[in-house]
Amino acid sequence: MQKLINWIDERLPIVEAFENHMSKYYAPKNFNVWYVFGVLSMVVLVNQLLTGIWLTMSYNPTAEGAFASVEYIMRDVEYGWLLRYLHSTGASAFFVVVYLHMFRGLMYGSYKKPRELIWIFGMTIYLALMAEAFMGYLLPWGQMSYWGAQVIVNLFGAIPYIGEDLSLWIRGDYLISGITLNRFFALHVVALPIVILALVVLHILALHTVGSNNPDGIEIKKNKDENGIPKDGIPFHPFYTVHDLVGIVVFLFVFCGVVFFFPEMGGYFIEKPNFEPANPLKTPDHIAPVWYFTPFYAMLRAVPDAFLGVVVMGAAIAILFVLPWLDRSPVKSIRYKGWMSKVALALLVVSFAILGYLGVVVATPERTMLARVLTVVYFAYFILMPWFTRFEKTKPVPERVTG
Amino acid sequence: MIKKIILASLLSVCSMGVIAAGGSAVPLDHVKTNISDKESLQNGLSTFMNYCFACHSMQYARYERAATDLEIPQNIFEENLLVGDTKIGQLMNISMSADQAKLWFGSPPPDLTLSARLRGPDWIYSYLRGFYVDPKRPYGVNNVVFKDVGMPHVLADLQGVCAEEPLLGVEPVVDPLSGNIVKQSGCSEFAKKGALSPKEYDTVIYDLVNFLTYVGEPSRLESERIGRNVLIFLAFLFVFVFFLNKEYWREIH
Repeated sequence: MQKLINWIDERLPIVEAFENHMSKYYAPKNFNVWYVFGVLSMVVLVNQLLTGIWLTMSYNPTAEGAFASVEYIMRDVEYGWLLRYLHSTGASAFFVVVYLHMFRGLMYGSYKKPRELIWIFGMTIYLALMAEAFMGYLLPWGQMSYWGAQVIVNLFGAIPYIGEDLSLWIRGDYLISGITLNRFFALHVVALPIVILALVVLHILALHTVGSNNPDGIEIKKNKDENGIPKDGIPFHPFYTVHDLVGIVVFLFVFCGVVFFFPEMGGYFIEKPNFEPANPLKTPDHIAPVWYFTPFYAMLRAVPDAFLGVVVMGAAIAILFVLPWLDRSPVKSIRYKGWMSKVALALLVVSFAILGYLGVVVATPERTMLARVLTVVYFAYFILMPWFTRFEKTKPVPERVTG
Repeated sequence: MIKKIILASLLSVCSMGVIAAGGSAVPLDHVKTNISDKESLQNGLSTFMNYCFACHSMQYARYERAATDLEIPQNIFEENLLVGDTKIGQLMNISMSADQAKLWFGSPPPDLTLSARLRGPDWIYSYLRGFYVDPKRPYGVNNVVFKDVGMPHVLADLQGVCAEEPLLGVEPVVDPLSGNIVKQSGCSEFAKKGALSPKEYDTVIYDLVNFLTYVGEPSRLESERIGRNVLIFLAFLFVFVFFLNKEYWREIH
């Protein structure tokens, strides 16, 4: 075995790579439970890739055959139902872990210097993931697949001058059709997975260059021992590999609970209208996107003007990209920030969650008003950040991590 | 039990205690399906084949799968339920064309493979109890759950036809003095008597709804069986990785 490793290592630096990224990558020893969601999103990504490949073997990407082929997978393919539920539940699980991972970043200031690029790569992954999920949702060719895609692609039509042509170009037809299904399939199974994988590599390479942040927001590299090893760091492998295993098993327990017992998750993970084949002549009474898009959908609906709504929705995502330059606080972690940062983050989470709910339900005048207020609260977090982070009184940051 | 615990914890963790949008505005009778009850499923299959299958296809399901899952021997299934040269491995298609159906009923009768997942068992159960006399409609009946539906009351021979709109989705109200039931779900007066008593009819459609629930997701029982084993395995694995982690981290801090 050692001979084989040596043989390869002379030709490809596998030992060095393993040391750089695993056994001699020093991670802060004070990670808490919030630090498990990065590795969990990796687990879900692998799940999506594997189940996706097997689903592709039996899926038929045509308007005539897509719906029936999904039912064929559910009924006639050995364990096809399991592959499909792993994939559909995995899509939602991906967003659950990614949202929690992003929240961790917000809480402990993981986006701040020198980790701006990690944050930007991460945000780009999130963006690619949204495109991936959106296109994947069309593939079962159910009613909600169809009308959800119709609504979202029509949004581009609200852009002045080029809008109509743009949405026509995306669809490849005057309405969502088999042509759209074909191209979404190509993008979903080939193009976007490549983009996401590349971005994940960049995200991790950038992370391993500057090192991980931690709940105290202290740079552990500032305190090194005589061997140049951070005093508060421990090798990622084996310490965090065994640590993450615990998190992975707990996650899998919950995940499998959903997959095997409640794959529809009460209509949140698989929407009921999607058990009816797409029908371009019959609009469903109520079109709701899947839960992970609903906060942005609520913002879109809250704005009276269609184009401005699209702008607000786009800005809600775009503003996250510049977050590293909005935070002027001398400290990273919420532990040492002032009360204003704490209140602001809490308001952001609450507004995002309630917007998510409002995006699921039918709009009423009261709900629209509430959505408007919450949209303002959401944006206020970012727009006011340069002020409240600079003027609030922060607590002194300790020299060493506190565990 | 495991199911309930997981559901409860999931709902609280995700704080998504709201029911997804969609669903009927009309109050519905509640029905508790049991897809492990093979006898009920077999009765449901027989009702489906005799009363529904002339117009409603089940184009994603195969006869053979139903026969296997419902523990009906193949030769008995072939002799009694398959017509002409239909093979047991085929999908459950119907011979009526969509164009004909549109002419006769206004719109083609929907495929029923996924009806229980689309509408829910409560809806179908209530719908089948919801027919009543309405001379204004082409087939002389209307439905409280699906207003102005194009479908005739196919089960009228069994149920009879209700003279007025049946009351659905109500808890029985008992008069405290006499002990008589003064108000309950179902039809209170029949314009035409059926072959079955209301109770017998309810059992027939319960079995039918049960069968439709099974057909909507034939893998459900297998999924829960495997799921239990997977969760037990993960619980054991958790103990192992928990102590493995503890062992490694003992020296740290």
